[in-house]
Amino acid sequence: MKRLIASAILATSIGAATPSMAFEPESTDTIKLMITDWSSMLIDTEILNIVLSTYGYNVEKVVADDSARYPGFETGDLTIALETWQTTQDKAFTASVATGKVLDMGELGPHAKEEWWYPSYMEEKCPGLPDWHALKNCAEAFSSPETAPKGRYLGAPVSWGGFDEERVKALDLPFEVVHAGTEAAMFAELQAAYERKAPIILWVYQPHWVPSVFSGSFIQFPPYEEACYTDPSWGENKTATHDCGKPEGWIKKMAWADGEKVWPCAYDIVRKFTMDGKELGDLVYEVDVKARPVEEVAMEWAKANEAKWRSWAACAEK
Amino acid sequence: MTDVSIGTKDMADRRGLWTGLALLLAVGAASLLLPTMLGHLPEGALLPLSDWVGAGLNWFARDAGIGGLKIADITRALAAAAQMPIDWLKFVLADGWVKGAGFNKVHFAPPLSWLGVVLTAALLGLRLSGRGLAILTLVAGAYLVFFGLWASAMTTLASVALCVVVALALGLAMGIWAYRSTRAEASLRAVMNVMQTVPIFSYLLPTLLLFGYGPSAALFATVVYALPPMVHATVLALRSVPGETLELARMTGCSRAQTLWKVELPVAAPRLAIGLNQVVMMTLNMVIIASMIGAGGLGYDVLRALRRLDFGTGFEAGMGIVALAVVLDRLTQAAARNQSTGRQGLWSRRDTLAAVLLLAVPTLASLAWAPLAAWPGGWTLTTAPFWNGAVSLINQNFYEPLEAIRTALLLDVMNPFRNLLQAAPWSVVVLLLALAGYALGGLRTALTVVLLMLFVLVTGYWQAAMTSVYLTVLSVALALAIGLPLGIWVSGHPRLNHPVQLALDTLQTLPTLVYLLPAVMLFRNGDVSAMIAIVSYAVAPAVRYGIAGMAHVPSERIEAALMSGCTPWQSFRFVRLPSAFPTLLLGVNQTVMMALSMLVIAALVGTRELGQEVFTALSRGETGPGIVAGLCVAAVALVADALLKSGAMRAARHEGEAHV
Repeated sequence: MKRLIASAILATSIGAATPSMAFEPESTDTIKLMITDWSSMLIDTEILNIVLSTYGYNVEKVVADDSARYPGFETGDLTIALETWQTTQDKAFTASVATGKVLDMGELGPHAKEEWWYPSYMEEKCPGLPDWHALKNCAEAFSSPETAPKGRYLGAPVSWGGFDEERVKALDLPFEVVHAGTEAAMFAELQAAYERKAPIILWVYQPHWVPSVFSGSFIQFPPYEEACYTDPSWGENKTATHDCGKPEGWIKKMAWADGEKVWPCAYDIVRKFTMDGKELGDLVYEVDVKARPVEEVAMEWAKANEAKWRSWAACAEK
Repeated sequence: MTDVSIGTKDMADRRGLWTGLALLLAVGAASLLLPTMLGHLPEGALLPLSDWVGAGLNWFARDAGIGGLKIADITRALAAAAQMPIDWLKFVLADGWVKGAGFNKVHFAPPLSWLGVVLTAALLGLRLSGRGLAILTLVAGAYLVFFGLWASAMTTLASVALCVVVALALGLAMGIWAYRSTRAEASLRAVMNVMQTVPIFSYLLPTLLLFGYGPSAALFATVVYALPPMVHATVLALRSVPGETLELARMTGCSRAQTLWKVELPVAAPRLAIGLNQVVMMTLNMVIIASMIGAGGLGYDVLRALRRLDFGTGFEAGMGIVALAVVLDRLTQAAARNQSTGRQGLWSRRDTLAAVLLLAVPTLASLAWAPLAAWPGGWTLTTAPFWNGAVSLINQNFYEPLEAIRTALLLDVMNPFRNLLQAAPWSVVVLLLALAGYALGGLRTALTVVLLMLFVLVTGYWQAAMTSVYLTVLSVALALAIGLPLGIWVSGHPRLNHPVQLALDTLQTLPTLVYLLPAVMLFRNGDVSAMIAIVSYAVAPAVRYGIAGMAHVPSERIEAALMSGCTPWQSFRFVRLPSAFPTLLLGVNQTVMMALSMLVIAALVGTRELGQEVFTALSRGETGPGIVAGLCVAAVALVADALLKSGAMRAARHEGEAHV
């Protein structure tokens, strides 16, 4: 038994020694990668974790809330986040970057979209979809007993914002906005309705597994422009703002500014780190729909794309 | 109305009727006649308290300091210190010694083998209590292993164990302090009451600011949550030590410390065990919320599973939490019982040797045979497809009748009641509550009630608070209607006691979200789902107090009733029920408290009330509104507490008993 332990330790220490001979990290301080609870971020952050650890960095993953992250980044409690969505975090992110304590590390790659969404079986009950004008005439088809004759639109949790009450008013839609408490509760209702082919219209976003599991489409509102949210005279309704759809946008990487001096090479790797939208969507499908562990899916990707991520790490590959 | 001393039954009944009538008339008239200021307070009259609190806390967490030492640095050092034992426990129990990640992840040493840990825990159970507990432990352990929950369960156990130890030590210390100094007791009691009723989400953000992100912040938040019952239990337990015992200790020349450690605490042990039980239960209750801010473990598994709407897997992970809770609870209870009955020498040196061997052999063997370290994924059992199928089946076949119930409930009961409360002018509501306070507890209670309600008013959360009250009142009514009769019925069937206790423990530790999401599928987002969540959580104290109330009826009275020829129904209606009434009222109080503490969780299915204000403030990262809205929840809770406690006290005096 003793010999077995000895040989195990010997084997592992050899394994540990090889890569660190190639590259010596600038600092042994721990890089803290922020993770939240949605899958795409869990996966790409695990991939970054694999990459950075391979070059010998000390890395730790820290769970933080999407909107509550900024104080953490300004004080250095969090080092790097791979996903900051323009659709919900635009203002807070810009304000935080303006303090000079947080760096904008460029776009991750995938394109974020969120909008009113309906399952495809609703097209029969409401002809004219996906154009938003159709909603004016078939609110009844989307109604529930307590909202009738108005339609029932299931909005995202209150904290996500999204201006749906304003949108309903500005576009004069005969709908009542009901907020789900959480994302899970929102999609639980979708699944329940979908199984029974019952009417539903709700907030959906992507990259996410929902659009790939349930068939349906986004409503086409007048496309978003900045003026639509600030200038009442813009668009359909001359006296109200928000008479358009939701903004689409980037997903950006962010980092604690002072960390640039501590781990310049790691920061270089993070700047070059990108993922393709479709590719990330497929990985999310593996995790969320096929229920495979995040670590396994990320490692599989890392093994298949070793040349790619090694090219990002030019500063460590010398 | 003002003279409360003549409280014959008839008078009380008639007065209740009149009060009810007066209430309806007053609300109706007031909403028509009162000037708007007394109906709804205008924006300008509100205090910007949440701005002040937010700014104050930010300053405290970022810039404040004592003598050149920043507060934030002190709290960070504390967090780092707390992190060490968590890491160490995790290394021993869950992960083993691992370095690096990704391509150069290396295992230096495996964690303790599950086989060893389960067998050792079972041995402990056998020695502390007997074969029953050993078998329970084995079953719980096997469940965690075979369902692939072991690693997560051990991560959870690592942080839970630490939380329990810290909360226990702090709670004992504070309780002893309060027991010895009356002045300390009054202020501690006030602080603990607020701590127990402010929803945890409202101080989560300040905790993150002070302690940083990660398991140690979760640890501190959990300790704050689990501490109050331990303090209360300690004070009560020490008070219950008979005077003669203390006299004896004094006569035999015990020092103060000796009296405490050798006499008071051992004698008080059975009642301390109740506090310990509450600490364990409340800590495990927090597992889900702690995992939202980085504690990982089973709570995180539940959240992840529910995110992909895999109810079955979420349920299995949730039952893992229950398994941990039940085993921990029964082990600690058995230990406390032995302490008080003086059973000693249960654990021999041979047992220690056996435990070391049980831990060491499977762990060393796991080096050769990996499944002993981590049960392979391919070998795990799962019942998830069954549960998912069941939810789906109910959804497809029983949705129509359920939807009819939901609609009727919402349109005929819930919405009208909500609208009534929201339309009621604040001045009338405050006045009525003050009158109730005066009638039940006198001037002091009336004043407390008025001040608390005015706090809610001036901070601008009146409407939200009224919505909370509406949801709480309806849920409590339903919980009592189910719980009290059930409890009273069970008290007549002692054989049912054990299974019912187990079911109640399960209800209280199974994460609410696990059954909340299937409820959402059937009852949609909104108040009906929220009510189901609150009722299923708050029904437990109703049942417990129902049982306790009936059990405490003096047997002489029942016999007297029997001898004077009462039918069973008469005996129940005229003897047992009045006699249990004070205890039942305390049960109502606990049910209200539990219901209020669930408001924040109910916010997760889309309510629009104080809980939602707290939850939204948390996700937006706004410290001030989160805390102030949380204090409003506490204010509502304290009003209910003041009224119901004085009611119980009056009823007890009426019954001629002073055990409240």
